[in-house]
Amino acid sequence: MIEMQDIWKTYTNGSHALRGVNVLIDKDEFVYLVGPSGAGKSTFMKLIYREEVPTKGQLFVNGFNIGKLKQRKIPYVRRNIGVIFQDFRLLPKLTAYENVAFAMEVIEAPKKVIKRRVPEVLELVGLKQKMNCLPSQLSGGEQQRVAIARAIVNNPAVLVADEPTGNLDPETSWEIMKLLEEINYRGTTIIMATHNKDIVNRIRRRVIAIEEGMIVRDEVRGDYGYDT
Amino acid sequence: MTLNTISRHLREGSKSIVRNGWMSVASISSIVISLFILGVFILLSFNLNHLMSQVDSKITISVYLKVGTSKEQVDLLETDIGNMSEVSQVTLIPKAEGLKLLEKKLGDKGKDLVKGYTPETNPLPDAFTIEVYKPETVSMVAKKIQALNETNKDKPIDIVNYGQGHVEKLFKLTEMIRNFGLILVVGLGFTAMFLIANTIKITIMARQREISIMKMVGATNSFIRWPFFVEGALIGLIGSVVTIAILFLAYNQLFALTADTMGIQFIDMLPLSNIWAFAFGSLMALGILIGVWGSTISIRKFLKV
Ligand SMILES: Nc1ncnc2c1ncn2[C@@H]1O[C@H](COP(=O)(O)OP(=O)(O)OP(=O)(O)O)[C@@H](O)[C@H]1O
Ligand SMILES: [Mg+2]
Repeated sequence: MIEMQDIWKTYTNGSHALRGVNVLIDKDEFVYLVGPSGAGKSTFMKLIYREEVPTKGQLFVNGFNIGKLKQRKIPYVRRNIGVIFQDFRLLPKLTAYENVAFAMEVIEAPKKVIKRRVPEVLELVGLKQKMNCLPSQLSGGEQQRVAIARAIVNNPAVLVADEPTGNLDPETSWEIMKLLEEINYRGTTIIMATHNKDIVNRIRRRVIAIEEGMIVRDEVRGDYGYDT
Repeated sequence: MTLNTISRHLREGSKSIVRNGWMSVASISSIVISLFILGVFILLSFNLNHLMSQVDSKITISVYLKVGTSKEQVDLLETDIGNMSEVSQVTLIPKAEGLKLLEKKLGDKGKDLVKGYTPETNPLPDAFTIEVYKPETVSMVAKKIQALNETNKDKPIDIVNYGQGHVEKLFKLTEMIRNFGLILVVGLGFTAMFLIANTIKITIMARQREISIMKMVGATNSFIRWPFFVEGALIGLIGSVVTIAILFLAYNQLFALTADTMGIQFIDMLPLSNIWAFAFGSLMALGILIGVWGSTISIRKFLKV
């Protein structure tokens, strides 16, 4: 599903974010990405949904060679990858419903399908009652759930979540985790960057630790491994 | 593209015109200004052509022969001139007819002046009136006739007259107006295009976040581009409709004025119904083209995400 072969990423300012990463992530896996700040976790994920291009090495996502992808094929690869951004990136003038529907309009889903699917997904994240609220009328956790709903509405094969519990209180964080597990259970590969020790240690999954751009640990049922 | 998507693009495009407020007004105004000037030149050149065609039919060469030129010489000249390829018609005006024409021209006051002349004492020369196919060739034909006179030992021609100088000036003037108009319109067209490009750029920057989110959830470039095309085309369309309305009202006003006023009957304007389809059609097409062009150049670099 996702395969990195000796992946290097050097930003134009010269900082080496990734140095020789080799990894294979299978379909249906749930992977935690841990490591200190600046280790290269976000870069790792940005390569997957092609926000950044690898400087060196081969990267395959859902069978596409990302490094050699033609510009006009990028949208079609992204349609199979849901992204949950740390800062939500919701559109402030659209309601929760419209924000989720937006992701379906963009890929030109039929109106009928949109009308059926959006409430369904909002129900799944437990926000059906608040679907006509604007992001400014929602709490942080609720906004996070809208972001999750938008990321999964098109049934992506892979879900990339960059610190999805970053700004949330423990209770909301657990709710979000339950949701991600549920989505994973339904067959979506999940890659989640996190600094949340409790979650990683409680819900045991594969843990990939990155330090200074290199994978230093890769355990099937690993723990967080850092003190904070 | 689904019907759904099309209506979404139309909606988004028109919304952003409203959202951009004064910027949209500025772009529309710039289109109106350039199209208005173009429109004035189009209408002007139609009317100039119309005027020219009237003048054309009046452009003739008059050739006055020396008094006492023999009948054979007259016939010879008539065939020689008639054989020139540029000449469409040669009409002989014998001196008797010339006298009648003169009498008519002078009217009551001058009646006495011509009264005393009999066919024998008529002091007028025989003359030719020559018409040409193309008015541009009059001066050349006049020179040829002059040359004909030089080669004839009797030198039967007295004067060759075709309104020397005036005709050339009129042609120069129309050509100048056309060229000047073209340069002005091209310049203004570019200005309008850049203003539109700028307006659309502002839309794009205001919506950069939205665009990047669209791209991250898998929108194609053309999906993102369409609303901006719509915006540019609509700016062009609105601009051209406003221009056409102004031109329509102004032209009809002017037309009514020239038709009503007895004194300036000689200004004979074309009725708008003869020319509106071409004039207004081309203005609208150009307006939309400028709009779409402006939006194209501003989106291009924003899409490489
Ligand atoms: N756009 C960029 N341009 C230049 N350097 C960058 C860019 N993005 C990240 N970097 C650098 O690359 C390195 C890895 O950054 P990255 O964002 O991947 O870290 P991270 O593991 O996600 O950190 P955090 O846990 O704080 O989010 C850092 O040194 C960072 O300064
Ligand atoms: Mg990060």
